Amino acid sequence: MGFERVYDYAPGKADWSASGLPTEGTQAGTPTIGEAARRDVPTCAPAEKVGAVRERLGKSSFDRCVVVSKQGIVLGLLREKELATDPEATAEEAMRNGPATFRPDEPVEKMAKRMRDRGASAVLVTTPDGRLVGLLHRDDAEHAAGLGAAERT
Amino acid sequence: MPTSIFKDEVRELLEGGAQLIEVLPREEYQEKHLSGAINIPLKELDREATAWLRRDAPVIVYCHDYL
Repeated sequence: MGFERVYDYAPGKADWSASGLPTEGTQAGTPTIGEAARRDVPTCAPAEKVGAVRERLGKSSFDRCVVVSKQGIVLGLLREKELATDPEATAEEAMRNGPATFRPDEPVEKMAKRMRDRGASAVLVTTPDGRLVGLLHRDDAEHAAGLGAAERT
Repeated sequence: MPTSIFKDEVRELLEGGAQLIEVLPREEYQEKHLSGAINIPLKELDREATAWLRRDAPVIVYCHDYL
């Protein structure tokens, strides 16, 4: 079409929105789960020993660790149950495979209600190609959605 | 062939006067789009639809995500 320089922003609107960058439109400003997710969620490599992960986690406020590849792709999850297994097992051996993940541009209010209905305390947020964005806690989701205490029960 | 870029490069290019085009359907654009983006749905993207755009300034196209 005659343009000298053409660029493809493949991560697109989902990535932009999840990063809290400026948007316009009727739904602009709607809080998303990407904005509410905690980015400092602990991660570990598949080869790391469960015992070492458990020790590291003991010093943080998180009760779970996300197993990621070198590229940051989510492979699995170590929750309390998995962390209580053999300390010499690797994260890959102990992890829960294929945890449910959600895209960062989903409205946080919708997700907060969904988590409440299903009794989920936290969900993983990833990019469409599976890269970890963060961990969304239900409390954070409800707070970001502006749900009152009565609505949270 | 377009060059793939990430958000930091998008911001830099926009500061330099790049033109931003969302190629999603009009309804999705109206709900939410990157600030300053114009909408030319992919099915309408041709020389005529882009005739008014500058040829010498960078053009950034985007949709929802990778998929």
